[in-house]
Amino acid sequence: MSEEQDVITGIEAPVYLKYNFTAGAAAARFLHQIKKGVLTGQRCPSCQQVYIPPRGSCAACGCPTEEEVEVADKATIQSFTIVTIPIPNNPIQPPYIIANLVADGANISFLHLISECVNEDVHIGQRVQALWKPEEEWDYAMDNIRYFRPIDEPDVPVEMIGKLPVTGWEGSADD
Amino acid sequence: MSQPEVLQQSFELGFTYTRSVGPVVGRFLTELRNRNIVGIKASDGRVVVPPMEYDPDTAEELSEFVEVGQEGEIVSFAWVKEPREAHPMDRPFAWAMIRLDGADVPMIHCVAANAESDVATGARVKAVWADETIGFITDIRCFELA
Repeated sequence: MSEEQDVITGIEAPVYLKYNFTAGAAAARFLHQIKKGVLTGQRCPSCQQVYIPPRGSCAACGCPTEEEVEVADKATIQSFTIVTIPIPNNPIQPPYIIANLVADGANISFLHLISECVNEDVHIGQRVQALWKPEEEWDYAMDNIRYFRPIDEPDVPVEMIGKLPVTGWEGSADD
Repeated sequence: MSQPEVLQQSFELGFTYTRSVGPVVGRFLTELRNRNIVGIKASDGRVVVPPMEYDPDTAEELSEFVEVGQEGEIVSFAWVKEPREAHPMDRPFAWAMIRLDGADVPMIHCVAANAESDVATGARVKAVWADETIGFITDIRCFELA
């Protein structure tokens, strides 16, 4: 063995999974709607929970879900994390915030980014609203929304997160 | 509820792992870069290629490297009629268990051949080296019939 050359200590061992994703009926309807700038979930006929993005069935009851329900682009932060480690091939530079958000009118969270905020001030129960891309850039994609940003509304108590009507938090307080 | 237009999109999910190989496999790969193939001597005297770190019977740490031949014998094989993208060759080839001269345990590698009928258990093969060796198993580009 040559002394001049470095000993091999490691190898690259990448795994690539290439596949073709076909959206099912529920996801395809959601994507057609978001291309028009509308967030659309589905309501379970049994427990009345609204799911977004819809999966075509209720995870709790097992019932098929068919009724389509438009939800708001205002949401409440259910949980969040401040990402400080760069992820390979991810164009977003840390630190940034990714959060579980429950849209008004929905009962389950989805993941999206929080921006235009002081990261250290972001908190559970905080009210946020979608910042949409320009309409001419809308596609069949959740990133038609660039991110959510804080809005000047009172925090939602933890026990109320995921239970707001589509009319929103202040609308709920007025009821 | 009407059926929406079907939406499809191609995706690639990549796990860009690097792996540290340790001193034993590291030695094997370093030797490959120098176009040598080494195995390791087990407690019962068998030569194992590629070398393993611990004895298969006693689990004791192994360290006695042994250079083995670059030719050997096919112990068993499977012919690949339609190579896939990740395969080492873009034409039909054989995956084979090859017992190199001086080794007691076969090693898996690919065998280039024109036809399945050219490959046989007991056939002699020899290593074909890549033009440029980097310290990876693909430094042996393939084996071909000797």
